[in-house]
Parts: sequence; C-alpha cells; structure tokens
Amino acid sequence: MSKCNIHNNIRTFRFHKNEMTQQELADKVGVTRQTIVAIENGKYSPTLELAFKIAAVFETPLQEVFSYEPQ
Amino acid sequence: MESKYFRRENQITVSLISTIIILIAYIIWVYNRHIADSPETLNDLQFWGRSFLILIPVMIVAQIVIHIIFAIINKIITRQDIPSKTDEMGQLIELKSLRISRWVQSVFFILAMAALAMNYEIWVMFVLLIASCFMSTIVESLAQIYYYRKGV
Repeated sequence: MSKCNIHNNIRTFRFHKNEMTQQELADKVGVTRQTIVAIENGKYSPTLELAFKIAAVFETPLQEVFSYEPQ
Repeated sequence: MESKYFRRENQITVSLISTIIILIAYIIWVYNRHIADSPETLNDLQFWGRSFLILIPVMIVAQIVIHIIFAIINKIITRQDIPSKTDEMGQLIELKSLRISRWVQSVFFILAMAALAMNYEIWVMFVLLIASCFMSTIVESLAQIYYYRKGV
C-alpha cells in the first residue's frame, strides 16, 4: 500500500494514560477500534480532525502525538 | 493484551462468500427449471425479466439473514455489537473500492453492448449484464478486504 509518512506515539500516550485501551480511545474520538489499530500500525493516516481529537484526549499538542517525516 | 474485536473485513468476507454461493445456487436452479429442457428460453425476454425480478428479493432476504447470523456470532466471539456507523477510514475504503468496482461494471457493460452490436444472441448480453453486477460487487468486496488488511 502507499507509504505512510505520518508517524505517531499513540501507543506510548495510551500507556501513560493509565494503559488506556484502544477501544476506550476509539470511543472517545468516535471511530472504531479497527481504525485506531490501523493508525497505530501506520496503515492509515487520520484526517486532521481525528488527529486533533486524539491529541485532545491525551491533552497534548498535536505535534507530540503525530510527526511527519518526508521521504 | 489484545482481545478479539470486530473487523469489517470479516463481515465483508462472509457477505462475499454468501453472495457467490447464492448466485451459483440461483443459476443452477434457473438452469434446471427453465433452460435444461428448452434452451430456446434463453432468447425469451420475459424469462430474463422474471429471472432478474426474482433474483433481487432473494439476494436481499438472504443478505439480511446472513447479516443477522453474522451479528450474533460476532456478539458471541467479541462481546461487542457491530458498529452502526462507518467511520472515516471505512468511508475512504468504501469510496476507493467503489471507484474500482465502477470500472469493472463499465467494462462489462461495454462488452454487453458490443455483443449486441456484433449481432450475438440476446442471452449473451443478459449474461454479461448479470456478470457486470456480480463481478463489480465481488471486485468491490475484494478491494475493501485488501484495503482493510494492507492499509489505505
């Protein structure tokens, strides 16, 4: 599939958020757990809105959760 | 610890397999009932109209039954309901798959019209039209499974 240049630290942030589960995060941002799994594994780049929602859950700036690395 | 969870591609796979099985069963039924004894039925327009009209409700009812059975099995395995809404990744995958399926449908439609233009018998066009519907459905499902597994 297409190369995903957006990297994320969602797994780390979930760990620091009392081991928040993927399902809990999915429920908070309004997507399925499958989508959270895909984002964590770099198989899907979220929309800007979803990225902001995820960052808001972790109460941290967007750029600390997601980073862009051009090829 | 990773627990089991609902995966959309499993639902699509079940739907795809059931669609293929139902279609094959329907073709066999129609063949044995109408075509085996009198092959000239193939050029009867009324036969094709009836066959299409019966196939549509059969497919709808079968898909509803299969969806209910899948929802029950999914509930037992994952202890979760099937999500009622498709989220943004699902919508993107649906759009990409739909684009591919439209190409397949267009190709078969052109082939059906070419069969008419080249003066083939009328049943060739109808077979190609049915093929355009089902091949596009199958390709769409396969594309969705691919995108869900490999990423989009």
